Amino acid sequence: MDRDHDEQHEPVSYGVYILTWVTLLVLTSITVTVAGMDFGSVSVFVALAIASIKATVVLYYFMHLKYESKLFHVMLYVVLVTLVIFIGLTFTDILFR
Amino acid sequence: MNTAHSVALHHHKDYTGSKIGIWLFLMTEVLLFGGMFLLYAVYRSNYAEDFHAAANELDTLVGTVNTMILLTSSLTMALSIAGIHHGNRKLAIIMLILTVIFGGWFMVNKYFEWGAKIAHGIYPGSEVLGHHPKGELIFFGLYFTMTGLHGVHVIVGMILLTVMIFKVLNQPRKKFEFVDGMGLERVLGGKFIVKGKDGGEVWSSDELDDSVQSVKIDVKYWPVKKRFRIADFNQLENSGLYWHIVDIIWIFLFPLFYLIT
Repeated sequence: MDRDHDEQHEPVSYGVYILTWVTLLVLTSITVTVAGMDFGSVSVFVALAIASIKATVVLYYFMHLKYESKLFHVMLYVVLVTLVIFIGLTFTDILFR
Repeated sequence: MNTAHSVALHHHKDYTGSKIGIWLFLMTEVLLFGGMFLLYAVYRSNYAEDFHAAANELDTLVGTVNTMILLTSSLTMALSIAGIHHGNRKLAIIMLILTVIFGGWFMVNKYFEWGAKIAHGIYPGSEVLGHHPKGELIFFGLYFTMTGLHGVHVIVGMILLTVMIFKVLNQPRKKFEFVDGMGLERVLGGKFIVKGKDGGEVWSSDELDDSVQSVKIDVKYWPVKKRFRIADFNQLENSGLYWHIVDIIWIFLFPLFYLIT
């Protein structure tokens, strides 16, 4: 078995990372601009949605998750689902107390 | 699959295993901060107005600049590893140094930001804050705890990356040493010959006679692309992953503390 070939995927070009960075900076300016406007209670969700997109971009491109095997995706989902359960259950208590 | 054979030949490292390990660790970091975000979410839903008022005290510009700095440091980190993948070590080292500098810049901004808050009497347990509404007290408690813990992570990342600069400078490299009683007798009487691809002699040493006390061979594989293995740099990759997760945590801290005015 030639393990070295299994382990080494084609190197990602520098351009992809620069583009990722530009995307992140654009999303940052969007979230700062949107925060300046008044969307009431929706603005929290807009801010969190943009932050989630930014985090996904970092995970997929900077952290190479896009090129990793299913196992790494599953690990992330397990953690995220755990967090959602924690937060969800806590809020069923907070909101309906 | 002849694992034993490859272990003997390559000092085989479990590249995938080490990556799974670091990802597991990073996931515990997500849960650690996740718990704090939960705390934030609960108190924010209880003290929405106080949180908005308190967030007004934070400078959005400083927060935005720090976000940009950290995102850029993530870029230089990724470029450093890309440099390694493309066999460009010089770029890799320059980008690593830049990453540490950006991390330092972030912390300097944080220092002045915290300093200004503390100078205004806003810090956990302060008398000034005691006269503020309860929600504001909680907001600043969370602010100092969460950005503080995040700052600790940035400092740890900077230390890791500084170590990595030296690791990359020294890798991949193998040293062999023959001393008396430890292999010297096997090489005495012979000489070292380096041959080129065409079989011609590139360089040869003098004959190793009795006057030789020890022989040291220092091999740097770097210039030969064939000998280059990404697995030799998995520590750098893992440190990079850590740096990126610290960035991701800041991506969430930023809107929750600076953008809710």
